[in-house]
Amino acid sequence: MSSYRLEKGGQIDRTVPLNFTFDGRAMRGFRGDTLASALLANGRQLVGRSFKYHRPRGVLTAGAAEPNALMTIGSGGRTEPNSRAPMQELYDGLEARSQNRWPSLDHDIGAINGLLSPFLSAGFYYKTFMWPAKFWEKLYEPVIRKAAGLGRATHEADPDAYEKCWAHCDLLVVGGGAAGLAAALTAGRTGTRVILADENATPGGFLLSETATLGGQTAAAYVANILAELGSLDNVTLMPRTTVFGWYDGQVFGAVERVQKHVASPDANQPIERLWRIAARKAVLATGSEERPLVFGGNDVPGVMMAGAMRTYLNRHAVAPGRKTAIFTTNDSGYALASDLEKAGIEVAAIIDSRRDAGFDFAGNAHVIRGGFVSNVLGRSKVEGIEIWREGQSERIAVDNLAMSGGFSPVIHLACHRGGKPRWSNEHAAFLVPDGLKDLHVAGAAAGVWGINPAMRSGCEVSVAALAELGISASPCNIPEIEGAVASLSAQPLWCIPGIRAKAFVDFQNDVHLKDLGLAVQEGYGHVELAKRYTTNGMATDQGKLSNVNAIGLLAEARRISPADVGTTTFRPFYTPVSFGALAGAAVGKHFQPVRKSPLHDWAARRGATFVEAGLWYRSSWFPLPGETHWRQSVDREVRTVRQNVGLCDVSTLGKIEICGADAAEFLNRVYCNGFLKLPVGKARYGLMLREDGFIYDDGTTSRIDENRYVMTTTTAYAAGVMNHLEFCAQAVWPELDVRLASVTDQWAQMAIAGPKARTVLQQLVDEDISNEAFPYLAAREVSLLGGRLRGRLFRISFSGELAYELAVPADCGESVADAIMLAGKVHGICAYGVEALSVLRIEKGHVTHNEINGTVVPADLGMEKMVSPTKPDFIGKHMVHREGLVDPDRLQLVGVVPIDPAHSFRTGAHILQKDAAATLENDEGYVSSSCFSPHVGSTIGLALVKRGASRHGEEVQIWNGLRNEFAMGRLVSPVFVDPRSEKLHV
Amino acid sequence: MASRIPCPHCGLRPKEEFTVKGAALQRPEAEAGAQAWHDYVYLRDNPRGAYEEYWHHTSGCRRWLVVARNTVTHEVASCRDAAEVKAVTA
Repeated sequence: MSSYRLEKGGQIDRTVPLNFTFDGRAMRGFRGDTLASALLANGRQLVGRSFKYHRPRGVLTAGAAEPNALMTIGSGGRTEPNSRAPMQELYDGLEARSQNRWPSLDHDIGAINGLLSPFLSAGFYYKTFMWPAKFWEKLYEPVIRKAAGLGRATHEADPDAYEKCWAHCDLLVVGGGAAGLAAALTAGRTGTRVILADENATPGGFLLSETATLGGQTAAAYVANILAELGSLDNVTLMPRTTVFGWYDGQVFGAVERVQKHVASPDANQPIERLWRIAARKAVLATGSEERPLVFGGNDVPGVMMAGAMRTYLNRHAVAPGRKTAIFTTNDSGYALASDLEKAGIEVAAIIDSRRDAGFDFAGNAHVIRGGFVSNVLGRSKVEGIEIWREGQSERIAVDNLAMSGGFSPVIHLACHRGGKPRWSNEHAAFLVPDGLKDLHVAGAAAGVWGINPAMRSGCEVSVAALAELGISASPCNIPEIEGAVASLSAQPLWCIPGIRAKAFVDFQNDVHLKDLGLAVQEGYGHVELAKRYTTNGMATDQGKLSNVNAIGLLAEARRISPADVGTTTFRPFYTPVSFGALAGAAVGKHFQPVRKSPLHDWAARRGATFVEAGLWYRSSWFPLPGETHWRQSVDREVRTVRQNVGLCDVSTLGKIEICGADAAEFLNRVYCNGFLKLPVGKARYGLMLREDGFIYDDGTTSRIDENRYVMTTTTAYAAGVMNHLEFCAQAVWPELDVRLASVTDQWAQMAIAGPKARTVLQQLVDEDISNEAFPYLAAREVSLLGGRLRGRLFRISFSGELAYELAVPADCGESVADAIMLAGKVHGICAYGVEALSVLRIEKGHVTHNEINGTVVPADLGMEKMVSPTKPDFIGKHMVHREGLVDPDRLQLVGVVPIDPAHSFRTGAHILQKDAAATLENDEGYVSSSCFSPHVGSTIGLALVKRGASRHGEEVQIWNGLRNEFAMGRLVSPVFVDPRSEKLHV
Repeated sequence: MASRIPCPHCGLRPKEEFTVKGAALQRPEAEAGAQAWHDYVYLRDNPRGAYEEYWHHTSGCRRWLVVARNTVTHEVASCRDAAEVKAVTA
């Protein structure tokens, strides 16, 4: 295929070729490739443009920290920007596109930013675009945002499904490298519940990139055997392709499993990703280490790669980095790479070891330069050579690629997620996990233990220790004989490199280079948290995985202090980016929230109702008849029909709570501000519920069905809140009261039958006498219906001001009872009415809802001060309701309002001003809380909360809506527009 | 916020099942006086460390609980039924 793929070797399956495209160009890889390895095998070194300077960039790593090879994968709704090519498994048909370039990756106009770089230094936004201020929003920011950037998200809907799950285990092992495998095997063999999570398709970590043998087997074969054993254990769950991204309190770990991100056509019956919360009694952190780049000129030129990554591509994917390699290292790992390269037939021109007295005795052909540095890379879009600095002398050699290794930083992110600060170790030249970790044990390279054998031993020991804390005794798994491994990784930190001429990058993803950090220190932003924000170092989506420690080292050297004193910035979840899809899980579209439908929903739908969302409920808002083209026509007709004949309205959504127990009456007496002790059996009473601060919380009727059995109704919106509140009162405030509560909202279909002919219609269904004498206003009783076929609850209560009843029947009988009422009412001109007409009827009658009871209102504001019992020793709200500010005569009080000219109208929210006052907020005297067109009055009417409103009936006012520039002259009137003496209720 | 709450009735359950009300203050006696009522209704400590709150197991047993947790570490020291707490305090 291409000249970069080696003839043999690697863990790829050459019998399964996979076709894919990059920027539309057809390429081919094999099963076992990642997108990055396949691109490299195809000779594609330039894979992206950098964030700010649009510099050509190549694959830098072979793992999760990749800052350069970010691409957009997929098309249509499956477009995923900023995917890290080394983490993306290759599949047949994969479409990848490079980002942040125009018109093409090879010819990118934005690269001119590189020439402008003197003006784009750290803090350049703040310095350059200060003036004129108004240019920022319109010109500077859009232009900067367009030029600097990552991939673009699609606007199409994501066609795939996601889900969220919980998992529980005794021991969670994070990371399946040498240490993690040993820990999992040690624990797994005890029979305890173990989860091994690894972010790659195959656990094994760097073992899969090794040429060392374990017990005479290749490392890959050894890993396969261990995985086979773990897989055979019922108590062990292997979770490949799963990134544990956060450690939270309560020993909960967050993880995302990429279930189908590696397949060509996802199975619609499986999620594409799964978000896990793993509750683990103990955990082992075996996340390995991150190799650090070195900061020299041109260290970002395509062809410069991390030494470990080069080894992975060489050994695991059989990809050659080029023809002629140089290796710049501060530690022994570079020699392992050199040896592997030479075995694969690739010339290693030089190993440049920054240590003057490196003890490693290299047996290969490569020329070893001790005490040397690579100070610059020659070439712009590919490596053409390097400049080596040694003892003040500069020497150039021609190579076409360069490996670098600046030492290793343990991957300790998770260990710091709960607030612990990492601590610097001079011995390791790295930050280690915080002290005093509880329930999280650290093993292998994550603990600064280098080498296969020590890492495995560490994994065993840590696993044994973690299990011991659970009272489980385990014996360490056996560790095989290891041959051919580079034993020691002893490193000396190397921050500042001499002889740099070109840009030397610290943060590749955010294009922060050495001089930016110097500038930060020079300008007084040398503190690590300030330097981070001033330069944006570590603020890209890789969160500084490669750059943070180097930045700290460079800041330390510039300030002549130890990295320990520079400190680190805070590690926060997520370890790597998590898709919004996974976080949302199944809660999208129709599943975003539940839909609540009344038992009469289908009945209303059959009658052509228009529905309106009210919280989770769908309520019927009006019932258009043929020929009605405007909602007002329907609503006005429904209102008139109720006032003249009779109507039926679904009120099932009102909250219904049954309250039982010997102390139920006493309980009600304490939760309502008005008295309930003397409510007789068979009667309903309107109740006002206050908050402890004296303001009204909710209202509704409560009926005494039996000696110790009440049924309370609440408003639709506050049904759940009132239930929680009552439970709080019953359990936490007065647990000594014998009272039981049950929400029965969903158990009953409830309908209001209102209008002068309501009794005539209803009597046809109700077996008992419901005449005014037998069933007077506020009667509330269980009744027999339809010749004893059914029992229901009948309440003579009225929201509309008409003769009215509410009938509750078991939910599953709701539709047939409603049909029966409509049939019985047909000759009396009955109609179904919705919440829109319900609202008009109640405004006409001056009844309040949460439009008025809006959290700012006390009973006196509504003229209900007499409902506040002066005699009860205690009730919720009693002790605050009479505070000075709540009895102020200047408070806003309920009042009605009408336009002086009936042709004028106004809206809810409009403000009330005195007749001659200027329309300013200073002159504001209150506002319209509810309004509608009243067929009864023949104009718009409103309820309003107005200063001293109750004593201002008859006063002319202005009704002003400054937002909509609407204005009407009005008059304050009684809030009761219909039947002010309530005679209709008692007929 | 703690990730999991050890409900005395339901066991260790995820926090999403619960609703937090706030400080677990005992309601004053009716005669306690304006100052005591003002404190109860309006004044709250905001401690760094140990804190007792009312949590409602809304999507579980529907019992009100008194959760003692650490506002720094989120560790839950205890979780008792509010009725039992009241009985002990009263």
